[in-house]
Amino acid sequence: MRATTPSQDFIRGIWKENPVLIQMLGLCPALAVTNTVKNALAMSAATFFVLTCSSVLISSVKNFIPKEVRISSYILVIATFVTLADMMLQAYAPVQHKELGAFIALIVVNCMILGRQEAFSSRNTVYRSLLDAVGTGIGFTIALIMMGGFREILGIGTFFDISLFGPNFEPWVVMVLPAGGFLMLGFIILGMGVYEQRKQAREAHGEAA
Amino acid sequence: MNERPDTDPIEVKVVDPSQPDTAPETPAEEQVSTLRLVATLAVAGAVAGLLIVLVNLHTKPIIDEYRAEQLRLAVYEVLPGVARYRTLYRVDDALVAQVPEGAKASDFRQAYVGYDETGEMIGVATSRGESGFQDIVLVIFGFEPESGILLGMKVLESKETPGLGDKIFKDQVFVDQFFARPQTPLAAIKKGSGKGLPGEIDAITGATISSKVVVSIINNGIADWQGVLQQADLEQIVPEEAP
Repeated sequence: MRATTPSQDFIRGIWKENPVLIQMLGLCPALAVTNTVKNALAMSAATFFVLTCSSVLISSVKNFIPKEVRISSYILVIATFVTLADMMLQAYAPVQHKELGAFIALIVVNCMILGRQEAFSSRNTVYRSLLDAVGTGIGFTIALIMMGGFREILGIGTFFDISLFGPNFEPWVVMVLPAGGFLMLGFIILGMGVYEQRKQAREAHGEAA
Repeated sequence: MNERPDTDPIEVKVVDPSQPDTAPETPAEEQVSTLRLVATLAVAGAVAGLLIVLVNLHTKPIIDEYRAEQLRLAVYEVLPGVARYRTLYRVDDALVAQVPEGAKASDFRQAYVGYDETGEMIGVATSRGESGFQDIVLVIFGFEPESGILLGMKVLESKETPGLGDKIFKDQVFVDQFFARPQTPLAAIKKGSGKGLPGEIDAITGATISSKVVVSIINNGIADWQGVLQQADLEQIVPEEAP
């Protein structure tokens, strides 16, 4: 571990240490509820809210929490915000709430959130924890929207409920079923791996020349 | 897999003295009293509870209103042609239009008596839940209390398997069978094995259990309500204005 600047705290969660695509955290919601962009967006919003609020709260009270009970306290804080998010989604976005079902409650056990508290918020200032949480939350959102977007386009032939290909498109139904989540995650990570490898090869080539 | 980023993304809690921005660690020897541990969690729990209660106070009316609206729409759906309906409450196997003094309406089972434009009674709708393949399936259905003919059915809540069991509300062919005025009691049968009897419902291939649950809910629900409804003098109840 090395010291980071505040801007790095913010930037790294977005892409370089993307929670889903690089750290492989929070895969349960990333696989389960990304069959459409709308669901992915609702899930991201709820997770973003929980992550940001928990990070700010935990970093501001970190000195009062004895380390013996820190995990219990973190889970308590996270669970509270999840319950709040659950009730607010149910009140203001009932259709999405119905679609997401039990996965809202399962944000509590999203290891990405607990991981940020344990690894970052519990030792850094409120300001930097906020930056870190917002960056990680954006990274999570990007990953989920990528998953949801590709799956909806291939599996239903729409993007944000807007038909893209006309009536002759035969939807690739497997992509909106659970198996499609695994396939899509695999393809996205494969794509990123190929891109990274090419980039490194190019850099190595450049140095040699 | 290619190179990982040089910073370890999963930061294990390691006390690293070279890290300048970590909060000062409490010395390992310092023993925190049990009381302090309990107090910390108790305070955190109390604050959490308070927060949840406050937000619940705000969101519960909105959620209840939405549920009531969904139920209202469902009643119009399962009683085709209904212009207005009124809610009756079942108190000790008798139907009353008003719940007893001091009681909550939600504590009683409800029937929704639907009337057409001219004030003629069309039928009665009621909801019932039974265990499905995954969880309780909640169904609202409308029927004619005298003849036992089913008028319509709508699944209100279900966690049945996506792609299979959820066809009980997504498969229009299956749903339409309940709107074709079948005579109850219904019987779920394998597709194509029907003998042309009234009340036969073609089960969904691959979702036999879910199909049977819907049929069972309707049969048991009508058996449960028909006697009560026939005894009650429904004609005496003046239809109230549609809300």
